[in-house]
Amino acid sequence: MTSALLFFTELTQAPSKAQRELLTLAARFDSATVALTGDISEEATGIVGSYGIGRILQAPAGDGFQDHEVGVLDAAVQTVNPQIVLLANDSFHREVAARVAARREVGIITDAIDVSADRTVTKDELAGAYTARVNPVADLVLVTVKPNSVEDAPAGGESAAVVEPLEVAAYASRLQVVGREEKPASGRPSLGEARIVVSGGRGVDGDFSPVEDLADALGAAVGASRAATDAGWIDHDFQVGQTGTTVSPQLYISAGISGAIQQKAGMQTSKYIVAVNKDEDAPIFEIADFGIIGDLKQILPQAAEEIRRRQS
Amino acid sequence: MSDASSTPLTILVLVKHVPDAQFDRHIDQSTLRMDRSESILSELDEYAVEAALAIAEERGGPKAGNQVIAATMGGPKAVGSIKKALQMGATSGLHLNDETLAGSDATATSRALAALVKYAGNVDLVVTGMASTDAETAVVPAQLAERLEFAALTNASRVEFDSAASALTISRDHGSESLKLSASFPAVLSVTDQANEPRYPNFRGIMAAKKKKTEEVTAADLGLDASAVGAAGSGTEVVSAEARPARTAGTVITDNGQAGIALVNYLAEQKLI
Ligand SMILES: Cc1cc2nc3c(=O)[nH]c(=O)nc-3n(C[C@H](O)[C@H](O)[C@H](O)COP(=O)(O)OP(=O)(O)OC[C@H]3O[C@@H](n4cnc5c(N)ncnc54)[C@H](O)[C@@H]3O)c2cc1C
Ligand SMILES: Nc1ncnc2c1ncn2[C@@H]1O[C@H](COP(=O)(O)O)[C@@H](O)[C@H]1O
Repeated sequence: MTSALLFFTELTQAPSKAQRELLTLAARFDSATVALTGDISEEATGIVGSYGIGRILQAPAGDGFQDHEVGVLDAAVQTVNPQIVLLANDSFHREVAARVAARREVGIITDAIDVSADRTVTKDELAGAYTARVNPVADLVLVTVKPNSVEDAPAGGESAAVVEPLEVAAYASRLQVVGREEKPASGRPSLGEARIVVSGGRGVDGDFSPVEDLADALGAAVGASRAATDAGWIDHDFQVGQTGTTVSPQLYISAGISGAIQQKAGMQTSKYIVAVNKDEDAPIFEIADFGIIGDLKQILPQAAEEIRRRQS
Repeated sequence: MSDASSTPLTILVLVKHVPDAQFDRHIDQSTLRMDRSESILSELDEYAVEAALAIAEERGGPKAGNQVIAATMGGPKAVGSIKKALQMGATSGLHLNDETLAGSDATATSRALAALVKYAGNVDLVVTGMASTDAETAVVPAQLAERLEFAALTNASRVEFDSAASALTISRDHGSESLKLSASFPAVLSVTDQANEPRYPNFRGIMAAKKKKTEEVTAADLGLDASAVGAAGSGTEVVSAEARPARTAGTVITDNGQAGIALVNYLAEQKLI
């Protein structure tokens, strides 16, 4: 019997695409439980149930930063006694997993792209240049899974999951949250989860509108190189690469980006890569499935218009 | 001036010696470990060294007794990364060099590094990079904070040091929010490449580094049992590592005025739209 525990910090609405992928993975084990901080909607309990997952352990949301979540996950681990814990791959969830792994003196595996029922984890190494298989050696392992790694497939459970309260001891935090600011929402898909990403670099020369316009025609997320974020043309949140977001979409369109190592580190596992660059020697062409030598300011608007023409 | 602001600080900055990403990096198929022959100070740890030096300077720098210890865990050549940190301005080096440590996963690495921090003694602040460019786990700083019971100020894109209050305030991203977190010492601080602009070693720094001391220690010196480190102390085991087939260049066309249409045709052929 192998039991899995999933950890979420947000389930007030229907589960996100990445959360559904985690539910799909958890359903591969003999039993699975969700641990949650914060409120849960009725819709979400129904959807969790549809993956054949019957139990949700719910703790209140924390008002500090991370210490509460570490305590909740640790308490859930002790309640459920799972052999595997699955979490999102973003820095917050990685760190929660890492801290619980240190407390329990067990392993943590990040950047997973698949997990099998015998707990063998497939993961990216060296920015996707290698694919490694890693096994846990202890009775427990914590794994953070990259979005877009598995096909979302509800197992077909019929009843909604049952929500039980989870008791957690009060914690003393060593830090204070002294500022909290909501970032403006773009209305586009989130960069890490999107099926298509259109990214712009220094070549956009201060004007992201051709990139945004093509993204909107494709229903895609917008990305950027560090040259573009450093120049202040777009927020750092949109940066793709070693020190930005790692993406692995079906399609990555790179426009006005040379293809430096640190940029490639964040996008080279994309299924298809299309590059638009006016320099025929740009390294990005070495990894592009389809390359266009030309001016993005001409090509992107023309493509966006053509897509809209075909859609109508 | 309050007492706190005149007490010299002991800052330990963690630098990792990693394979240079400018070259092709390999995983050795017989050991399943990385080929470390062409290694350098991790590019992302330069930001950590800069942050550590800047905080020490706010307190009056080395002249006022502030120490910045550049520490690493790695084979004999890892001393090269310490040397670079000393040239940038760190005051001394600490090298955990022991064959038994090879093959440590994140949990074993943080166990050894926590022991190293304790060995250094009375450390107020541990500064790290956001991720090592070889393991890329970005979890060692959080694990260290947990083990040492220090505040975890991680992934800082901005660092402000209030010397009088001995408190740090950082900015970090958290999903759709941007947060400011504040803590006093002891703390672990990990910094991103947005936090600062690392200085280059200058001639004086390079000369001064020759006189600085680096202490070499083994796992046993830290009281670590051989079963607690390396592959034996790890919670995970790598069973295979296969190189992905290298991406190759596909079709490249030159815009003749209709390339936008050609792009859409390509997407349609691949069933991407
Ligand atoms: C520690 C560290 C971390 C880093 N992390 C990242 C990261 O996460 N992500 C990242 O992207 N970079 C990162 N970088 C920076 C990286 O090394 C490159 O400097 C950066 O990716 C370059 O961005 P770019 O390709 O937009 O700019 P450039 O290299 O200047 O390339 C611009 C390209 O646009 C083309 N161009 C110009 N005008 C047009 C036009 N009108 N139409 C079409 N093409 C045009 C040019 O031919 C050129 O190829 C990092 C660097 C360091 C040191
Ligand atoms: N072997 C090591 N020696 C020194 N510092 C390390 C080592 N491993 C990790 N670190 C530090 O921890 C940070 C994050 O590493 P990681 O969790 O491996 O991505 C790095 O930027 C370093 O500052």
